[in-house]
Amino acid sequence: MSLDQVRPAPPPGQRATRSAGRPAGGAAAERRSRGRRSGRWWTPWLFLAPALLLFLYFKFIPMAHALTMSFQEVRPYLGNRWVGTDNYATVLGSEGFREAAWHTVVLAAGQTAGSLLLGLALALLMEGQGRRLGFVRSAAFLPVVVPVAVVAELWRIMYHPTGDGMVNSLLGVVGFGPSGFINDPDSSLVSLMVTGIWRGAPYDMMIFLAGLASVDRGLYEAAKVDGASRGQRVWHVTVPGLRSVFSILFILAAIRGLRVFTEVFLLTNGGPDGSTEVVMTLIYKLGLEQNRLGVGAAGAVLLFVTTLVLTIAVHLVRRRESK
Amino acid sequence: MKPSSRNAPTGTGIGLSKSAPGLTETALGLTESRSAGGRILKALTYLLVLVLFAGPLLALLVSAFSRVKDPTQLSVIPSGATLDNFRVAFDQGVLAYLLNSFFVVGFGLLLQVAVSVLAGYALARKVFPGMTLALVAILATLMLPEEILALPLSLILADLPVVHFNLIGTLAGMIVPLGAWGFSILVMTEFMKDVPKELEEAARIDGAGDLRIFAQIILPMCRPALGVIGVFGFTMIWDQYLLPLLVATDSSSYTLPLALRTLRIDPDVTPGVVLAASLLALLPSVIVFLFFQRSFVHGLSSGALKG
Repeated sequence: MSLDQVRPAPPPGQRATRSAGRPAGGAAAERRSRGRRSGRWWTPWLFLAPALLLFLYFKFIPMAHALTMSFQEVRPYLGNRWVGTDNYATVLGSEGFREAAWHTVVLAAGQTAGSLLLGLALALLMEGQGRRLGFVRSAAFLPVVVPVAVVAELWRIMYHPTGDGMVNSLLGVVGFGPSGFINDPDSSLVSLMVTGIWRGAPYDMMIFLAGLASVDRGLYEAAKVDGASRGQRVWHVTVPGLRSVFSILFILAAIRGLRVFTEVFLLTNGGPDGSTEVVMTLIYKLGLEQNRLGVGAAGAVLLFVTTLVLTIAVHLVRRRESK
Repeated sequence: MKPSSRNAPTGTGIGLSKSAPGLTETALGLTESRSAGGRILKALTYLLVLVLFAGPLLALLVSAFSRVKDPTQLSVIPSGATLDNFRVAFDQGVLAYLLNSFFVVGFGLLLQVAVSVLAGYALARKVFPGMTLALVAILATLMLPEEILALPLSLILADLPVVHFNLIGTLAGMIVPLGAWGFSILVMTEFMKDVPKELEEAARIDGAGDLRIFAQIILPMCRPALGVIGVFGFTMIWDQYLLPLLVATDSSSYTLPLALRTLRIDPDVTPGVVLAASLLALLPSVIVFLFFQRSFVHGLSSGALKG
């Protein structure tokens, strides 16, 4: 995709009007057309050039590269060999990839649902004015701005598998036995989920709060007059008012969940026993540790298609609903 | 951790701007409860939220300054304040990693903001053939996160097409790919659209060119938007992990988040040291968040609700 393809021909008659000098009148029509007359046709493209060039280099060329590689056997120094859809067959046929895809979906679904529900609960509890409330909200939001790498290292220590690890000793207080958390194949995926929700829920809370602020106050009054209970008010007034917020947060969280990498890489790196292997950690291992770039690229393309389909599907559902 | 109170009476911490009298009704109506029971319940709820979300970070803060020899000693209760963890961390080269991180975030943010305001100006203030195509291209990049492009990106960074630079092992390799960010460009575009046309007209009659109009009229009007893309750009770049992982070849080009893993794997390094380094890694973004909360919340809600 080169810039030349999108560069339009200069509109006819532009040069003539430009040399006409300052327009004399101040008529509205003339004013409107002046924006087009001022500057040369390529001025906007000059302003856009840095962005488009960077996107070309680091988004579009890599994407094209991923697509071609996914149909090739990548052989450094020997030249790549076209293998048709072999890479896709390898990926889809491998037990490892199917398991990783399943873990990814479970993790993404759990994190998305958990963050949405907890985020909504937090938003409802902490809606309103006041100094102290603002402070609690800010504090609750902190996990969102903490770098993922720090979150992972911190939770790694908190999840220490012996009885005197931090989370285990808290669980001990309420009478639950020590868990292996990320070190136990049975609990590793759920542990990753909890960490993800810890970081995802406050984010969702903030968006829900913004959504709550735009719910029509008059409806609350009306509900009160009609004698609706608190629960009814939330269910019939607030939740419908937040519908578009729900779908946006769903897309954001689902896509974030599907391409999860850093948390998993740092907390478990797919272990123990492959119980937390997700698509991205598998692609990373295939591509950069085993040098099977073609197969890795095929996996990445499949991941991309999944997120694309999901986004489009949610948009379509939203459009149908709003009709 | 003191939230700014410039926006009194209501805007402390993360406040919502709607504050007209009589319109403070909330969905649950919790803020109105005046009874003792309701207030205790409210206080307990807030306490639980604080413990759940800020508690782990408090434990990190306290333990970074305590003698934490193994993971079980992580605690929110201070015991024997010490700077030993930081001393060991600095011996392990954490200062160099921190400087690398600052270098990357400094130049990365500079580049990102410059690219975004330039692109925003063209998209917001100009009507030109091919504009829709440019806009679609920028929107499309939002669907192409680094994770999906990781493998080809690592190849391209090793040998940039046409110019044939190798950015692997350099800090530039962690900066340039983040130079253009769709989110920042869209925020700038939306904001620049709202600058009144008359200002630009007047300047144009006075003979000002596009560059002058951009630099002296449009840009100064866009401070709030600059705050938004600055804060978001900072946290976005500071949080990068996969890209530095692809680019860094040895510890001389590690950023601080990358170095945390190396520190943890080192058998001679105690968890306390990892926590001290983690504290240094999270402080910059937390400080930026606390200082620019309003930009942050503004960008979060407007950006997300528009989609």
